[in-house]
Amino acid sequence: MTRYLGMSLLLGPLLVVSAWAQNSTLDEIARYRAQLQDGNPAELWEARGEDMWKQKRGPKQVSLEQCDLGKGRGVVKGAYAEMPRYFADADRVMDLETRLLHCMMTVQGFSKTDATRRVFGSGSNRSDFEALAAWITSESKGVVMKVSLNHPKAQRAYELGEKAFYFRGGPHDFSCATCHAEDNKRIRLQDLPNLTQKKGAQLGYTTWPAYRVSQGELRTFQWRLYDCFRQQRFPELEFASELSIALTTFLAYNANGAAFNAPAIKR
Amino acid sequence: MADPMRIRAVARDGVVNVRVLMSHEMETGQRKDASGKLVPAHFIRNVTASHQGKTVLTALWGPAVAKNPYLEFEFKGGQKGDKVLVTWEDNKGEKRSDEGVIN
Amino acid sequence: MNHSRRKAIQSGGGLIAVLLAAGIISPGAALAQSDPFTIKSLAEAMRAVGGQNLTPSDAIIIKAPAIAENGAVVPVAVESKLPGTESITLFVEKNPTPLVGSFGIPSGTVGSVSTRVKMGQTSDVYALVKADGRFYVAKKEIKITLGGCGG
Repeated sequence: MTRYLGMSLLLGPLLVVSAWAQNSTLDEIARYRAQLQDGNPAELWEARGEDMWKQKRGPKQVSLEQCDLGKGRGVVKGAYAEMPRYFADADRVMDLETRLLHCMMTVQGFSKTDATRRVFGSGSNRSDFEALAAWITSESKGVVMKVSLNHPKAQRAYELGEKAFYFRGGPHDFSCATCHAEDNKRIRLQDLPNLTQKKGAQLGYTTWPAYRVSQGELRTFQWRLYDCFRQQRFPELEFASELSIALTTFLAYNANGAAFNAPAIKR
Repeated sequence: MADPMRIRAVARDGVVNVRVLMSHEMETGQRKDASGKLVPAHFIRNVTASHQGKTVLTALWGPAVAKNPYLEFEFKGGQKGDKVLVTWEDNKGEKRSDEGVIN
Repeated sequence: MNHSRRKAIQSGGGLIAVLLAAGIISPGAALAQSDPFTIKSLAEAMRAVGGQNLTPSDAIIIKAPAIAENGAVVPVAVESKLPGTESITLFVEKNPTPLVGSFGIPSGTVGSVSTRVKMGQTSDVYALVKADGRFYVAKKEIKITLGGCGG
């Protein structure tokens, strides 16, 4: 008995210490993240994107100010918080990148091959899409997410996206839901949002694009999906594809009601 | 040519807070590329900030300053509407100068 | 002496001139070393920028997280409350070359700077402050946890 008591006296503080250590680790990492918020290098992408939006480019030498992101020609403020959306002129649902690609082709006269030559940047090989997305999304900072499914094609995109979210496959028999349908899951110290719950869906969606500290690059929500597919060992998620738009519609709609809060900065 | 800097300068109670973001790879010279070759060092060597011709900060950096460098400092005597000029030069001799207006 | 070595010394020479002009290093130190950014030991790197007879000081505050999620970007701010602060120099002891950078503080500029540094591993970070011609030092340990995989 005294031995047990001795043990528990010994172990007691140890358990407390390890629980404390874990909490303080998470607290300190929260502090690290908070300290990075000021002076987010994403601003460098935003500045480049704003210039690019206003520059006359492409075979037609027209600026993207002639592009309608859904709130009228040239209107950027708040546009991202309502995307993806149904566009009557194209008779389909488009997310931001798909719409930009559409405008680059129809307004500026780029070919699809030229416009999509580099959708994700790396070092000096930079992506126009990432810069444009950084600027356009920054113009929705603080705007409440309000994605509409009123059009039947938007409703259909949502349903397809939901199916894709739970679809299991690949050599690991993975789905998006494997990692993102339970609370408190994480990869090492990275918390994985539970995208099936309002709070997690909002937190997950509204914090992309983000400057990725580990890569020194700004990454968009498109990239996030693309890389999740890679991690699942799925076939490559095609840029501006129906599936990509559908998944984005599903996740963006579930974030409705939350204030958009990106470009952010992440580990 | 290098991208412009982002310069934010805010005056409060006679002190100007300056925050600068610079677009630069800041290669250490110790990293290898996909083919196994060392990527040559490429980093901002010195930074100078001035206000109305007076130097308000100098910095000398090596490659251990993080990629897309961030710099924040404060000086006295600046007024709203004044400009802060920031110049950097890297180890390959490339230079960039930008101005920010004090808010 | 081969050509590349000579070149390295020449470019180091240019740097020394700048360091001297900024008052960050003393002429004696300039003679002793080519480029303080290439020195591998903390003590030598500190000596190269003139930091001898260091006085530990709690008037130097290093503001940094105790744990950084990613060593590629570690926010570090240094505030010197020492009157007559002329320069602030940062070192990461366990980096391959500890000297990170040096900031010259002209009169009229507040003795505090904030930047982000790279850290290869958990290490003490040192802030060396030159104030009224004397050198003072403070340190803080920052732990580095590498993030999760790929994405």
